[in-house]
Amino acid sequence: MKVSLEWLKQLVEIKEKAEDLAETLTRGGIEVGSVENLDKGLEKVVVGEIKELSKHPDADKLWICQVSLGTEMVTIVCGAQNLRIGDKVPVARDGACLPNGMAIKTAPLRGVVSEGMLCSAGELLLDDSLGDPRSEGGILILAPEAPAGQDLAAFLGLQDSVLDLELYPNRPDCLAMVNVAREVSFLSGEKLNLPEWADLEKKPPLPLAQSPAVVIDEPELCWRYAGLIVEDVKIAPSPQWMQRRLRAAGVRPISNIVDITNYCMLELGQPLHAFDHDKISGSIHVRRAYAGEKMLTLDGVERELEPEMLLIADEQQPLALAGVMGGLDSEITEATKRIFIEAAHFAGYSIRRTSRKLGLRSEASNRFEKGVNPYGVVATLNRVCELVVEMGVGRPLALADETRFLPPLLKLDLSAEHTSRLFGVEVTKDEVCRVLDKLAFPYQEKGEDLQVEIPSYRSDLQIEVDLIEEVARSIGYDKIPTTLPRGAQTQGSRTPEQEFRAQLRRVLIRAGLDEVLTYAFIHPESNREWGSLTQTVTIINPLREDLKVMRTSLISGLLDVAARNIARRNTDLSIFEIGNVYLASEQPLVNLPQESPRVAGIAIGKSKRHWLSPVISYDFYYMKGIVDEIAREFGLAFSYEVPPVQDLLHPGRSANIFLQQVPVGYIGEIHPAKGKTRGLERAVIFELDLVQILDNLGTGKRIQSIPKFPAVSRDFAVVVPTETSAAAVMAKIRLLGGKLLQQTDIFDVYTGKPIPDDRKSLAFTLRYQSLERTLTDEEVNSLNAQILLGIQQEFAAEWRK
Amino acid sequence: MLKDEVRRIEEETLQNLKAVTSLEELQELKVKVLGKKGTFTALLRQMGKLSAEERPVFGQIVNEARDRLEKAWAEQAACLEEAALLKQLESERLDITLPGYSFPRGHQHPLTRVIEEIETIFLGMGFQIVEGPEIETDYYNFEALNLPKDHPAREMQDSFYITEEILLRTQTSPVQIRTMEKLCPQLPVKIIAPGKVYRNDDDATHSPMFHQVEGLVVDRGICMSDLKGTLLNFSRQMFGPAREIRLRPSFFPFTEPSAEVDVSCMLCGGEGCRICKNSGWIEILGSGMVHPRVLEMGGYDPREVSGFAFGMGVERIAMLKYGIDDMRLLFENDMRFLQQF
Ligand SMILES: [Zn+2]
Repeated sequence: MKVSLEWLKQLVEIKEKAEDLAETLTRGGIEVGSVENLDKGLEKVVVGEIKELSKHPDADKLWICQVSLGTEMVTIVCGAQNLRIGDKVPVARDGACLPNGMAIKTAPLRGVVSEGMLCSAGELLLDDSLGDPRSEGGILILAPEAPAGQDLAAFLGLQDSVLDLELYPNRPDCLAMVNVAREVSFLSGEKLNLPEWADLEKKPPLPLAQSPAVVIDEPELCWRYAGLIVEDVKIAPSPQWMQRRLRAAGVRPISNIVDITNYCMLELGQPLHAFDHDKISGSIHVRRAYAGEKMLTLDGVERELEPEMLLIADEQQPLALAGVMGGLDSEITEATKRIFIEAAHFAGYSIRRTSRKLGLRSEASNRFEKGVNPYGVVATLNRVCELVVEMGVGRPLALADETRFLPPLLKLDLSAEHTSRLFGVEVTKDEVCRVLDKLAFPYQEKGEDLQVEIPSYRSDLQIEVDLIEEVARSIGYDKIPTTLPRGAQTQGSRTPEQEFRAQLRRVLIRAGLDEVLTYAFIHPESNREWGSLTQTVTIINPLREDLKVMRTSLISGLLDVAARNIARRNTDLSIFEIGNVYLASEQPLVNLPQESPRVAGIAIGKSKRHWLSPVISYDFYYMKGIVDEIAREFGLAFSYEVPPVQDLLHPGRSANIFLQQVPVGYIGEIHPAKGKTRGLERAVIFELDLVQILDNLGTGKRIQSIPKFPAVSRDFAVVVPTETSAAAVMAKIRLLGGKLLQQTDIFDVYTGKPIPDDRKSLAFTLRYQSLERTLTDEEVNSLNAQILLGIQQEFAAEWRK
Repeated sequence: MLKDEVRRIEEETLQNLKAVTSLEELQELKVKVLGKKGTFTALLRQMGKLSAEERPVFGQIVNEARDRLEKAWAEQAACLEEAALLKQLESERLDITLPGYSFPRGHQHPLTRVIEEIETIFLGMGFQIVEGPEIETDYYNFEALNLPKDHPAREMQDSFYITEEILLRTQTSPVQIRTMEKLCPQLPVKIIAPGKVYRNDDDATHSPMFHQVEGLVVDRGICMSDLKGTLLNFSRQMFGPAREIRLRPSFFPFTEPSAEVDVSCMLCGGEGCRICKNSGWIEILGSGMVHPRVLEMGGYDPREVSGFAFGMGVERIAMLKYGIDDMRLLFENDMRFLQQF
């Protein structure tokens, strides 16, 4: 809501400057988004009168104008072609800095010194409609009565400030100047000067209309429908003061009738609509549209109506989309003689749906959506009636008023004790009374409490605590002290899952991975590739088509991050994300989907070069090391299996990961074909389901007592066929080693000369130890030899001496 | 005279010692003079030629000379050792300006970092950390929060819908209701709920997915001063001990009275700067006393208990803390950005 200070000052005393008033309102809960001084940039712009016009000797399109500024004459070179001698025009003088940022200097133009500039409406950020129709496309031509030499801002009444209120949805009342004035009075303590017409009890002194009859067919959607009939209407421009105020409020002046309806809406918050009375045939119905019904709206568009849309119709056709837009047929024109000015209450949700559906929003629909006060309907028509007479627009004839429902007026009990208890500081009954006086709400003593009558325009006050908030706003939130909750002491805590996720994050960061956060919604195709289509949760109204579904895997988000970084030449990265995937259990969704936490990572390239530390290639074994690190940290025993052939991961460089025989994730190098298309060749990824892991924390960790007897180590290398897995050899070693074999590690893997092409060498270190005694060399040697023999037999292995 | 010979050898040896430059040479010289075949040893052998009276006198002269030589030797040895050590140290000098061994170290995303920081502060104040679903029912996201269907305040938040009744939560506030339902009639309720929320909005100050931390305290006798104290405590731990807060009346359907909370600008300390738009204050969170209807929805009797709630945007706090001016940077995941944290 844009509020002109000049206008507001007519309704309430204001001593503060605009900026200070804005602060007072903001601190009181009516947020002022901005304060605009309408004369900004017009400081050195004055009214001038064109006295002489002559062609520039050296330029075809330029004119040399002799312009009178009242007491002096100036020469100005101008390129506009719409000027005549005697025109009154805005003159920007030397030193002016126009609202559009242009700085004006006296300077020669093709050899003739120009002492300033004549301005168009656009250059002054003013509305074209301010001037003569000849202004279009050229210099703004002012009204002939404009006095040469006067400041333009003074002549146009722009020495005003406009406060832009950013209203919360609970305060639609402040979409009316009178209620803004009440709020200013409440918060600043200044005197309210509301005129008589602001009294909502007021009715126009007119008989009830015989026709048209008003029939409300949808009392749920329309509680009240009233109209004012005016005859002998003379359509003309409205007076300057009204146009000025409308412009300040951001409303474009059109004609006296339309301007009065807009002006009264701004004053009292009640939207109005004027119909050509002679175009109404028979009675007026407030009804829903029929299926398939069509209507030509004011903007010349034929609209398909739907049965949920509320209409104003006569007996033959729709006259208006209630609260949203009038019809072209019943629009007032130059020829209109009699008008019917509608003031009504329509249900906000109905108007909202219609305006959304048709994409039509206006000051009127906005007010209906937020809720208008049905008690103010006729009082607004009274104000219209006053202005119609005052401005000589026509002769008010009669009033129609059909009321189907008025919400009961509330009386709320307000207790000073409840108020004190909620604030945490003593508030006396007297203080509460003073606040109610400032609000000008009537109240009576009722025992210790106060019984407060809530005026119809404050529909936001429904229960006692709403009134307590008014007290808080008045005494100021600063008066409330600071304390901490008393009562039972509580122990702050995280759930085990939260702890686990935090620890997992630390482990991965410590291992060198960078954390990323990606959108939980992704491209539908990504779920087909990396997740599950059948479990996909789809957004009906996505921001973009590529953010249409909730992810069923974290991988696609990570691939996007990697691809984007590589495109920006960040070619080496190793990243992870911890977050939910969303899995629907049925389609269409009836129950909330399962939200399942996962961790996933992607790495590509290699670690940074360093003069001392070796460079690590981000390959399969790097990523497996990361997964091993997770296993170590949380005491997990993962097992790996070669996955069934698929086209996402390299078949020879990927594995499914199991925990206690349950699949928990996978790891692998992205399939070369896939990697190529995304510029992610050789990228390695992993993804793990955290729910499974959380259930198995510590299952792979056996804590053993430290043995008293020394350990003996033996190393050996064997050459095995390339396809033999290290894990298989290791398992055999363990089996053969029995209880005395405490630990087995691979310390080298070698291919190349002199090993044949189809074989590889694996080197193991075995640690033997007994918990009961010191082992003898003979014992160890014999066991080691047995193991070696066993492997040679099982894997066609050869002992590499 | 043998006596003269002793003096000559001693003087010559002392002379030679001065010229010695290494421990090896020193050893050689020692062997040459005092060794079995050394010149000095040879002199001693000639003692047999002396008379019985002369022998002790000569013996003493020799012993004294030998002691002096030994001492000189030891001194020279110490001198040479020190020189050798100095030389070793000199030769082993490193360029201490070269960087040390590089252990891999990743970086935490600024948003999870800020969330952890917020959690730590509230853990210290005895809050439990709870979570709720990101995909919510209309009931929990709106209705139970005093936002019935067709309430104009629903307009404040543009929601992503899955079905007519299921949507991506637009706020972490539904966790308030879920927690109360779960804990009722237990008191006190003292929780924060961090998590992702979603709104159909995308520009430099809005992201379609962002993070909030919700707070809720319900107990007997909770008042607005408790809200103020708790948030002051939080603000000082989060933004520095010199911070002040101020509350401004506001509107949220699920709190009454409602308050916007501003913290004194951490950049200019309240003097006014670009970040605080010259006001000296920065809006950091929304808060209020839990609306009686919301307490009822959670199963509590508003005549018996009261509560306060608050919600803050994690992105906004991260942006303030790290001086980030475009929210989209937080979700672009450019390594050059992330590796600064
Ligand atoms: Zn500042």
